[in-house]
Amino acid sequence: MFFYIIRRFGLLIPTFLGVTIAAFSFIRLLPGDPVLLMAGERGLTPERHAELLHQFGFDRPLWEQFLDYFMGIFQGDLGHSLVTKKPVLEEFFALFPATFELSICAMIFATTLGISAGIYAAIRRGTWSDQAVMGTALIGYSMPIFWWGLLLIILFSGILGWTPVSGRISLFYFFPQVTGFMLIDSVLSGQKGAFTSALSHLILPTIVLGTIPLAVIARQTRSAMLEVLGEDYVRTARAKGISPFRVVGVHALRNAMIPVITTIGLQVGVLLGGAILTETIFSWPGIGKWMVDSIFRRDYPSVQGGLLLIAVIVMVVNLTVDLLYGLINPKIRHTGG
Amino acid sequence: MKSTKLFMSALVATTMLVGATQAKTLVHCSEGSPEGFDAALYTAGTTFDASSRHIYNKLVEFERGTTTIAPALAESWTVSDDGLEYTFQLRKGVKFHSTDFFTPSRDFNADDVVFSFKRQLDKAHAWHQYTAGTTWEYFNGMSMSSLLKDIVKVDDNTVKFMLTRPEAPMIANLGMDFASIVSKEYADKLAAGGNREDLNQKPIGTGPFKFLAYQKDAVIRYQAHDTYWAGKAMIDDLVFAITPDAAVRHQRLKAGECHFNPYPNPADLDAIKADADLKLPQQEGLNVGYLAYNTTVAPFNDTRVRKALNMAINKQAILDAVFQGAGSAAKNPIPPTIWSYDESTVDDPYDPAASKKLLSEAGVSGLKMEIWAMPVQRPYNPNARRMAELLQADFAAVGVEVKIVSYEWGEYLKRSKAKDRAGAVLLGWTGDNGDPDNFLAVLLGCDAVGGSNRAQWCNKEFDGLIKKAKTVSDMDARTKLYKEAQVVFKREAPWATIAHSVVFKAMRNEVSGYLIDPFGGHNFYGVDIK
Repeated sequence: MFFYIIRRFGLLIPTFLGVTIAAFSFIRLLPGDPVLLMAGERGLTPERHAELLHQFGFDRPLWEQFLDYFMGIFQGDLGHSLVTKKPVLEEFFALFPATFELSICAMIFATTLGISAGIYAAIRRGTWSDQAVMGTALIGYSMPIFWWGLLLIILFSGILGWTPVSGRISLFYFFPQVTGFMLIDSVLSGQKGAFTSALSHLILPTIVLGTIPLAVIARQTRSAMLEVLGEDYVRTARAKGISPFRVVGVHALRNAMIPVITTIGLQVGVLLGGAILTETIFSWPGIGKWMVDSIFRRDYPSVQGGLLLIAVIVMVVNLTVDLLYGLINPKIRHTGG
Repeated sequence: MKSTKLFMSALVATTMLVGATQAKTLVHCSEGSPEGFDAALYTAGTTFDASSRHIYNKLVEFERGTTTIAPALAESWTVSDDGLEYTFQLRKGVKFHSTDFFTPSRDFNADDVVFSFKRQLDKAHAWHQYTAGTTWEYFNGMSMSSLLKDIVKVDDNTVKFMLTRPEAPMIANLGMDFASIVSKEYADKLAAGGNREDLNQKPIGTGPFKFLAYQKDAVIRYQAHDTYWAGKAMIDDLVFAITPDAAVRHQRLKAGECHFNPYPNPADLDAIKADADLKLPQQEGLNVGYLAYNTTVAPFNDTRVRKALNMAINKQAILDAVFQGAGSAAKNPIPPTIWSYDESTVDDPYDPAASKKLLSEAGVSGLKMEIWAMPVQRPYNPNARRMAELLQADFAAVGVEVKIVSYEWGEYLKRSKAKDRAGAVLLGWTGDNGDPDNFLAVLLGCDAVGGSNRAQWCNKEFDGLIKKAKTVSDMDARTKLYKEAQVVFKREAPWATIAHSVVFKAMRNEVSGYLIDPFGGHNFYGVDIK
């Protein structure tokens, strides 16, 4: 297991290098000059344009700019946003808790519901309820997030008035951010009703962001369960008279979980992608919306810093999944898969 | 049943708003996040709404809902005969905000004015580069760096601005957002503590609202300034609930989660009008959308060709399809909300037959041209691609073949400046200071050829008129000159003037006293909640 962990960590180094280069180049490959965009219709004289390019360091050779950025990473300096003039790292971590909180809730929603639905559909294979569950999953998977979000807002907030329209907490609660996680901060604030308000604001964005992962997890669980349920040892267990609940819940589920966990790990990337739209619809102050705004403004330091940090998070999650995978399935850590 | 539920939910929401606001709180569903709070660093209206329009004052300000200059932190001013010295008498007894991060020990005075401008003007000033990538873009964009020679304190309540050349729009420039007055005492305190960047994060001003807190991309909170020199605001608290999506803003407004939606979706306008809880005032925006021909390239160097093409344009169809009713046809290069707008101008009629005739008189047949469509949405042109397609069809009807081209926004702005550019460019302009010079000289002056004068049009008669108007300080004389300039413009037709946007503001009925700002800003001083 030790060598397995070392090997996995070793793989992180080239990946990290690749990510730094990709993050640096992607934004520069897009046409558009941040200085010209900043000036807009008002325009700039060529002299002023050159002066600003120089001030931001964009007139230097690309390799020098890259080296600066690369060395900065190791000193914890990702540069300053061209727009807000604040350090990129500070901007990112001010917004990250909001995205993290929403993603965790969406993940809990997607896994609990997705795995249950998958198991249910596998047990009821071929029945109308199997078809219904899988059909719903397919619809969920193909749902455009923006439309789905607006639909839920119009129905639950507009017509029924059950949930708030958007935001993280009612505007009438005003307390300092301690952790950045609204559920925790609202409890710490000691203000009556703050936690309930924060929770009610999470409902719709959680459903919207969790819908696609839910559908994927449900389908993956179903197919993994079906495969395992057909195995000899399951048949043997059944023949020995073990209760169906124990056969499915203990014997089959543990083995079926291996591909499901991989799928869950991969959904982290999907969640961060989905967060961009979900955050925009629900006015959720997270990193997804911040990244999009930064790209449109060609805010090079924010984009390259943000991409890097997001990639690192995805890498860490995948590493954790890999390690978890090795833990669940001894064959993997021994063969080095 | 449905309507009962709707009524109940609206009632609950309204009760929530009013109940929780025994101290009167106005919630503004703003469209985006401010880039910072030191207005002089930025050029975006969203940032100005959150900073200069509530936190700060300027020496002079525009009267609410107009483009007329009125005294603010300066009570009065005099201009020297040669137009090179402006002396301002400052208002006495003006208090800066007192917050949990700063308590002022003195009133506003000349030091604050000198500091606020010198930091932008003087490259050697200790605050010129106080935060990463400071460019003072608006100050430079308005040519203030070349216009101002120096700013000196005469005494505590008198400040003198020395200019390098006479410039009539100078006073209007001082009403702009970059001219917001910050506290020198606060800046000194920050410098001493090594926290200079807080000037942009924790602002202190003299304005009607003081800054309480900002949670990035979510909420900004303000409180009325108790000792505001012009009288305390009628509302006690002001909250900006940042809501980027227009459809969601509409839902929040309906649900009573906010009082004000600055940019309603054109698609929601009918629903807002039909909603008994909401109102929707409207006004023409301070902008113009145009199609600029390149007047130096044949056959567009012939006035007849430009006139003929102008007559081929069906503006009503554009207003319906592109602006969806939220626009009005433009006949002058300045919007009607600007003083000196020439009401008597007669627009080129939509007359394809006359257009064809004029083209053949000019000896043009089988003309092929490019129309450039902007890749971005702007108030003066919500959908340039669609507009270009309509123009393509209009021009095809008079035998002109159009190819539509577009570039990434930065490239578009750059390439469209080229003097030898082929084709006509769709673009527009939103006014900065309500002065006609800010449209006519910037967009059509000889000095701007190869720059923001996309028509590359240099007409001596026109240029002479606007240059003269810039040096005269008498308003009537300036008005006359600008009106004459508009006549020359219409005769020569370097552009097809297309439209001015119509601005709609959606708000709940409880809101009273709101006046639409012709500059496109949102100002809640003077607004009350019933």
